[in-house]
Formats: sequence, structure tokens, C-alpha cells
Amino acid sequence: MSQDVYVAIEHVQGQVADISYVMLRAARELATRAGGGVVAILMGHQASGLAEAMAADRVIYFDHPALKEFTPEAYQRVLAGLIHDDSPRALLLGNTTIGSDVASVLSARLGIPLVSSCRTVSPDGKLVVQTCGGKIMAEVELAATTTLVTVIPGGYSPEEGKGAKAPEVVTRQAPALEGLRVRLSKYIEPEAGDVDISKESVLVAVGRGIQQEGNLELAEELAKALGGTVCASRPVVDQGWLPVSRLVGKSGKRVNPKLYLALGISGAPEHVEALTDSETIIAVNTDPAAPIFSVAKYGSTVDLFELVPVLTERIRGAKTS
Amino acid sequence: MNIVVVVKLVPDLVEELTVDASGTALDTSWLRRIINEFDDHAVEQGILLKERSGGQVTVLAPDVEGADDILFTAAAKGADRLLKLSGDFGSGVNNHALARALSTTIKDLKADLVLTGVQAHDDSDGPIGPLLAEFLGMAYLGYVAGLSVQEAKVTARKEYPGGLVAEMEVDLPAVLGIQASEKPPRYVAVSKVRQAMQTAKLESQAAPAWDMSGGLPVARMFQPEAASRATLIEGDAEAVSSRLVEILKEAGVL
Repeated sequence: MSQDVYVAIEHVQGQVADISYVMLRAARELATRAGGGVVAILMGHQASGLAEAMAADRVIYFDHPALKEFTPEAYQRVLAGLIHDDSPRALLLGNTTIGSDVASVLSARLGIPLVSSCRTVSPDGKLVVQTCGGKIMAEVELAATTTLVTVIPGGYSPEEGKGAKAPEVVTRQAPALEGLRVRLSKYIEPEAGDVDISKESVLVAVGRGIQQEGNLELAEELAKALGGTVCASRPVVDQGWLPVSRLVGKSGKRVNPKLYLALGISGAPEHVEALTDSETIIAVNTDPAAPIFSVAKYGSTVDLFELVPVLTERIRGAKTS
Repeated sequence: MNIVVVVKLVPDLVEELTVDASGTALDTSWLRRIINEFDDHAVEQGILLKERSGGQVTVLAPDVEGADDILFTAAAKGADRLLKLSGDFGSGVNNHALARALSTTIKDLKADLVLTGVQAHDDSDGPIGPLLAEFLGMAYLGYVAGLSVQEAKVTARKEYPGGLVAEMEVDLPAVLGIQASEKPPRYVAVSKVRQAMQTAKLESQAAPAWDMSGGLPVARMFQPEAASRATLIEGDAEAVSSRLVEILKEAGVL
């Protein structure tokens, strides 16, 4: 077995996803302890330029028209063949819309273990993984065989996975990629919403704790008093109470406001990963153990239905005085 | 169209979670389990498909405490067949083992389409959908929010970050990991669930011996440290509001 740590790079429409750089950084921690190198695996078509900023010792590049954009079975075939041939110490994939479609399949196909939702690598080389929506963490050791690891954002910044000089790119022959059972027809761009929450400087975010559509007005009033905009976590958008353009999270927008005021949001990892660039995060949740309190700077466990009307009045008062 | 929906029960995150004496697992003595919310969306999506173009919906769940209620609720919503996978779940069963066992049951059901939640918050060895797909020899696509069925394929909307959607064609039979159903999971009155308890039949099938390979042992489990925790503002709504106004002024928002 090689001691190198491989990273399956993710890219969509010619853009390398940030998780790729986070994974390169995590891979460095593992590779240093194993005595191996960090190897980026890039699958694309006429896309070798995407490797430029990667902090990797080398890049293995597979070029094929069927790899231009991600489809699960093409990635599975390339990576299954690669693991079979090279037996790396570990292969890191994103715990993302791309990596999650691939990792479990490789584990079942090759009979090698999979560790999901790794956030960091501990000082003694263990994978530190998140479970139960961030309420519980666990440490797991790499197996004796190649270990598959899916990585979540938050443990390392993407900047830490970028290098000053472009790494060496080694091209390899892609396997046969005919007869794929999953095919990309087209991309559908997001509809432009009434506001672009990724550009707002004050956001009042509502989650499941808002309980019903009629209660959104409380948040609207507070946002109005603050000169901000209302956004939401997944359950609120799934209910159809706010459009998807207001969704903060993994499949919604990343935001970076001056103030992020979270009302009745538990702080599921898929939500939290998109708001960590906010300057000041304030969370209101009756559950003192809610994970949102580990990213917030200030918090209150007062019921939002009691707090918000009073707070709105105080803010109005502060602005007129 | 033979649709099978696989649901899993997960610890209710509203409750306090603690680590047991071994230091490597959750303390399950007081643990309350609820349906994985993505699986709730998968049930809804299955029933929506049936209402739109016919077919049969079978809901399949591991036979742990709480499974009966979830299955009867699914029946009240419109599921045709309820099936439990029975076995010894006492010492914890990972997704690899569960998926292997479920796949033998699903093979017998001759499913055209298998739906399950795209993830659960306790998937420590990967989500169950793609494991099932590989054990069944079917194609897999995850993060699906909306789909339509044609002859021998489905057209699925796969969600990407930033609101981007990829429209993908998937050959049947296939497993889809559901991110969100096209409509929010429907509400059913308790009386309807009670009615389902009287009329719906719960079938049970024994799981073969668990094969946990593919998961790895936990060396240590712990609650995240309090180092990066929010400063909790004490007091009632008035006191908290006063302090928050000060904080907002300091932050330059007011």
C-alpha cells in the first residue's frame, strides 16, 4: 500500500469547489503522519488548468468528455480503478452533493471502509468526525486498508489548501465510460430572487422554531427595524413559507453579513457551513445544547416569541433616540 | 411502478444526547428515536408519484422502537404495504450492515424505484442510499428535489450549492436519495393514523446475520468542547433585549 493520501477534487461549471481545498489541507495532516504525499485527483475534460492553485505534491488528471461535468457513475468508475491500481493510504471526498454520491458506492464495491463527516485530523492522526447534527463528535482511526473519508467544511479554511506554485500534473488514461446509467441533461440556474441574501449586511434568519407561516411576520418586523432581510434554514423553505432564494445552507446561499441573527435555528451542519463568514452571529433558541450556540458569539435561550417583539421595540426606540 | 421507500429512525436531536460509560457510543437508555426527516420527504415523494401516475408504495423500516408508528403514519398518508426488517438492533447496527440486509428484502420486492432520505445525522459510515444501490446493482443519484418518471427512466432534479440544479436522467431500476419532496410532507390527523392501525397490516421479515464490514470502530466519542461557545445572555426578554441593543451598537449595526 502507498502512504499517499488522495483527494477527489470537486468542480462544477469550471469552478473548483472550496471543499476541494479544505480536503487538500486535511490530507496534508494525514499524509505528514503517514510519511506520504498529498495527491489531487482531477477528473475533467480540457480542465488541467483547474489544478493550478492546489497545494498538492502532484495531480493525477483524467481527461475524458464524459468527465466534463460530474456524474456519479463516471466518477465511481475512475476512482474504483484508481484505488485498485494505487492502493493509497486514504481517499478523501467531499461530504457534498458530489462526494456523497460516490463514497458509499466505492466502499460497497471495493469492500473498503468509509468514515463519514470528518471535520479535522487530531494531533495524533485520528479522524475527528461530527455526528448527530454536530451535538456529538467521535474519533476514528484509519483502517489497515485504503480508507475512504468524506470531509465536511469548517475544520480548515480553503485558503490553507492553496499553494504558491502550480503542482506537477500527471495525465492518466480514463477507463471506458460508456453505458452510464446516470446522465446530465442540463443545468438549471437559480432564479434571481427579490433580494440577493449573499450581499445583505443584516440578516434575520428563521428556522423550524418559528413554527408556522403566520409567525414570519415577527421576523419581518425585526428585520425591518434593523434595516435587514429575512432568510431561512431548510425546514422553512421546504414548507414553502419562503422562496429558495432566501435559503442559507449547503444547497442554498453562503452569506457573509455584518449581523446574522438566528431565530429558532438548531444549527444543523448543512446550515452552519454557509454562515461562518458572518461578522457577528447572535442565536436565539430555547435549547441551550443547540449546535448553533457553538458558532454564535452571543446567544439567548429566551423563547423567541417573547423576545422578538420586545427586541423589535427596543431597536425602534434606539434608532429614534 | 413498484416504489419502495426505506426509512430509518434517528436520535431526536431535541433531546439531550450523552455518551455512555464505554466512551465510544451514545447512551441509548433514554434515547428517543424519530423518523429521519429526509426519509419523511422520501415517503411523501413516493406517495406523490403514486398519486400522479399510479403504482404501489411499500415502506420498509428497521424494527426498532417507534417503527410501528412511523409505518402506520405512512399508511395513513397513502402507503400500500408496510414492512419491518426484524433483528437484534440492541448493540447498534451500522449502515453497511443495514443496507446489506435491506437489499435482500428489496430484491424480493422487485422494486423499480427505491427512495430514501439523502442522509441522516448519524450516518457515520456513509448514507444508506448509495450503499443500497451498490448492493442491489442499481444506479444511484442523491440530493434529489423533484422528479418525473418516464418509461424506463426518471428525470431528477439534483441540488447543488448556491441554488444550482442539475437535471439528470437516471435509468430504472434506481435508488434516489431525496433531499426534499416536491411538496412538504403532508399532515395526517391522529384519527387517521389510529384507523390505519386497525386496518393496515404490518409485515415482518427477519434480517440475516449483520455484516458490519465497511464501518470502522469509534476510538472515542465526546461532546464538543465549550471553548467556542456563545456568551449566553441571562435574564428575561426585557433584559436580553437591552443587552442585545448594546451589542448591536458595538457591532455597528445600530
